[in-house]
Amino acid sequence: MSFINYSSREINCKIVYYGPGLCGKTTNLQFIYKKTNPEQKGKLISLATETERTLFFDFLPLALGDIRGFKVRFHLYTVPGQVFYAASRKLILKGVDGVIFVADSQIERMEANMESLEDLKINLAEQGYAIEKLPYAVQYNKRDLSNVAPLEEMNKLLNANGVQWFEAVAPTGTGVFETLKSVAKQVLLELKKHY
Amino acid sequence: MAGSDLVMYENEFQKIDEELQKLHQQANATVVFLVDKNGQLIASAGDTHDIDTTSLASLTAGNIAATGGIARLLGEKEFTILFHEGEKDNIHISLIGQRVILVVIFDQRSSLGLVRLRVKKTSEALTKLFEDITSKAEKEKSEGKAADSPFAEISDEDIDNLFK
Ligand SMILES: Nc1nc2c(ncn2[C@@H]2O[C@H](COP(=O)(O)OP(=O)(O)OP(=O)(O)O)[C@@H](O)[C@H]2O)c(=O)[nH]1
Ligand SMILES: [Mg+2]
Repeated sequence: MSFINYSSREINCKIVYYGPGLCGKTTNLQFIYKKTNPEQKGKLISLATETERTLFFDFLPLALGDIRGFKVRFHLYTVPGQVFYAASRKLILKGVDGVIFVADSQIERMEANMESLEDLKINLAEQGYAIEKLPYAVQYNKRDLSNVAPLEEMNKLLNANGVQWFEAVAPTGTGVFETLKSVAKQVLLELKKHY
Repeated sequence: MAGSDLVMYENEFQKIDEELQKLHQQANATVVFLVDKNGQLIASAGDTHDIDTTSLASLTAGNIAATGGIARLLGEKEFTILFHEGEKDNIHISLIGQRVILVVIFDQRSSLGLVRLRVKKTSEALTKLFEDITSKAEKEKSEGKAADSPFAEISDEDIDNLFK
């Protein structure tokens, strides 16, 4: 759900990073935070456990610039990936404008990826969203590791609809902005359709 | 897309702003905020210089969402009021019309009783305002009135420029 304010001339949109535990969602936000100019970003808020696992969400507000005199702001959120935080994931998806599914490329995490994708679809459906209709992209993260699944296989298992996908190594930033840009663009084009 | 976007024009924004200013004054509050249920700040009144309003908005919405989840587990519809007491500052959070969250921060110059009383008045006024905003948005949408929409003309180039 975007918030368009004609008075302050701002557009606010919400993008959620989804995916299984430890796939690198928080790392995506940390890299974006690190690489953005101070005047473009707010604080990176992380509600995490003592072992740095996301407990409720991470939040990063980004002001990217202006379009036609409107300040464009993206609110980036990550969900907690661990299975037992199901209830929190649902809450964070509320009012989402676009989703980035981060998959862990390691072969042994393929089942966790598929489970998380299924969970995402169910949670979106509960809100009346269909993944095919939502601004959405897939990121295959951790491509730097040696035990990764081939891309064709990942696409087959996790990207049946053939949406835009990106290879990534989140700690060094490979693919991070590319993925964000893809979904941000889709979100703005969606606004164009509706207003 | 399911769910409706929140579109606010100058006129409505001013009315909301007036309500918040009034509440800020009459409740003797430090700061007053209005936050969308999804964590976006709508408006504020009072001295917000020392406060990270964007973070506050997101965390407040998270707070309301979490307690809402707890409420449903207990078979309650929703807890409409949350109150946190600190050493110096207190925070009073209330849910208005299932859609927006009113946050009042106050210290010893005010009291919970006064804040409650004033919040109730403001809630009624805001509920009405947001009903108007929703019906206006629906009307314009059904009439296909894109008016002077700045988005109709967004080009790929505009978007690429954001990521330079
Ligand atoms: N080698 C490698 N490690 C990565 C990559 N991305 C993330 N990591 C590491 O994986 C671990 C987990 O990353 P997080 O970003 O915290 O994972 P998360 O998805 O937020 O996990 P939850 O909060 O539990 O859902 C951290 O130690 C990261 O440094 C990557 O591309 N390559
Ligand atoms: Mg995390």
